[in-house]
Amino acid sequence: MNIFNQTGKYFALLLKVFSKPERHSLYVKQTFNEIENLGVNSVGIVTVISIFMGGIITLQVAYNMTNPLLPTYLIGLGNRDTLILEFSSTILALIMAGKIGSNITSEIGSMKVTEQIDSLEIMGVNSASYLILPKIIAVVMMFPLLYILSVFFGLIGGMIVGPAVGAVTVTDYLNGVQYLFNPYYITFSLIKCLVFGFLIASISAFFGYTVEGGAFDVGSASTRAVVNTNIMILVWDLILTQLLL
Amino acid sequence: MIEIKNLYKSFEQKEVLKNISKVFNKGETNLIIGRSGSGKTVLLKSIVGLHEIDRGQILYDNRDFTSMSTKLRKKLRREMGMVFQGGALFDSLTVEENIRFPLDMFSVLTPSEKQKQVDFCLERVNIADANKLSPSEISGGMKKRVAIARAIVMNPKYLFCDEPNSGLDPETSLVIDELIHSITVDLQITTIINTHDMNSVMEIGDNILFISDGEMCWEGNRKDILHTENQKLQEFVFANKQYQRIRDDKINQ
Ligand SMILES: Nc1ncnc2c1ncn2[C@@H]1O[C@H](COP(=O)(O)OP(=O)(O)OP(=O)(O)O)[C@@H](O)[C@H]1O
Ligand SMILES: [Mg+2]
Repeated sequence: MNIFNQTGKYFALLLKVFSKPERHSLYVKQTFNEIENLGVNSVGIVTVISIFMGGIITLQVAYNMTNPLLPTYLIGLGNRDTLILEFSSTILALIMAGKIGSNITSEIGSMKVTEQIDSLEIMGVNSASYLILPKIIAVVMMFPLLYILSVFFGLIGGMIVGPAVGAVTVTDYLNGVQYLFNPYYITFSLIKCLVFGFLIASISAFFGYTVEGGAFDVGSASTRAVVNTNIMILVWDLILTQLLL
Repeated sequence: MIEIKNLYKSFEQKEVLKNISKVFNKGETNLIIGRSGSGKTVLLKSIVGLHEIDRGQILYDNRDFTSMSTKLRKKLRREMGMVFQGGALFDSLTVEENIRFPLDMFSVLTPSEKQKQVDFCLERVNIADANKLSPSEISGGMKKRVAIARAIVMNPKYLFCDEPNSGLDPETSLVIDELIHSITVDLQITTIINTHDMNSVMEIGDNILFISDGEMCWEGNRKDILHTENQKLQEFVFANKQYQRIRDDKINQ
């Protein structure tokens, strides 16, 4: 019952978010702020995580190739496909739900409990649209770029770790990375990224916008937002993989 | 002039406001008083449409707000200014940007005209030198002033203040009260103020509505209030012994 109620409220909020904005120039300015705040400021963490994960995936592929007849370039291939298909889209989305999502929920939630949202409404501003739309646009735009960045640094991570532990030479690794490459995998993952970006921004915003109470409630809303976003990311991962792959 | 007729408001099972009717006059400071939890904030938020009411009617200069479409309501809201209990300044913006925000959003003024209007409002509330600070860098009293400046920047016809001097020292409270009063008279706005501060009541109570447990209990002005026979109002007013003394002195004279 509660779940239907919440879902209904979520779609009602989206309707409000996508209604006509008051003044375009202010929205554009907000969107650029959010691109910086939510997107550009995530470049560091995405880089670090991706280098490590690329290295770890490379190690695991290497350890699982116990048959000496298998060519070592398969390590590069294994790392590439894991990154492109699942890690840099889904796993990264789960991590970003924690970083960007909780940021969005706590920011909007604090504005709610300190009556800043009421304050916007009383001025005649569509608060949902003004606060949420720029965030959705920013995250949906930035996520595919973060994805590409993550694939790139993940491959670099593998290229550092693989040769360092003597599992594969740099040449073989790079050959593997280019071997039997299917560009559709990238298209598929970019589509996932758009969906995940939308889920992260909109679900987190929803939990922030509907907070009632005080600072404590903002905290627990952030937690609920991250949990719910993660579940929805996995559900949609399943659906899209079935539909598109 | 704002008129409310037979207003009811409840949350789920809980009835918070019961059958409130009242006329709030233009150019006067209209006060809603009552103890904590009596429903003042809910009443004010119902009047401005932040809460949907269950029954009743709200008229802004004979325009029926209750039956208005969202679009018309939004338009009417540009004639309103509101000062919230905690100030509700946007903490990502500076003091000046806060005050300019409604202008940026809605007005067709040029940047220099906007600046003039912002400076005028800052001047009006006596904080001309704080414009570049952020809300976290200013005191509670200053926040209230900024909130008032932001509320009047669009030259509203209606001004709403929810406990504008809660949390302020008596001297600053008086300054804020006088500020709101003079703005109301000078600009001929319809002002509604929530308060439980008896000092404000005696200072600027032109037209007072006393509510208790969500019911209207008494109405009148500051001259009548000390001589009230109403039991509940007496308890409210004379909770502060000071006012008992003032009344007794007057009676003895
Ligand atoms: N959103 C809400 N949901 C449910 N009940 C509410 C809500 N808002 C207020 N109430 C209830 O309405 C009653 C009146 O609250 P209100 O905030 O109007 O009091 P108040 O007179 O403004 O008090 P104070 O002087 O402390 O600000 C309280 O009992 C409160 O619990
Ligand atoms: Mg209140």
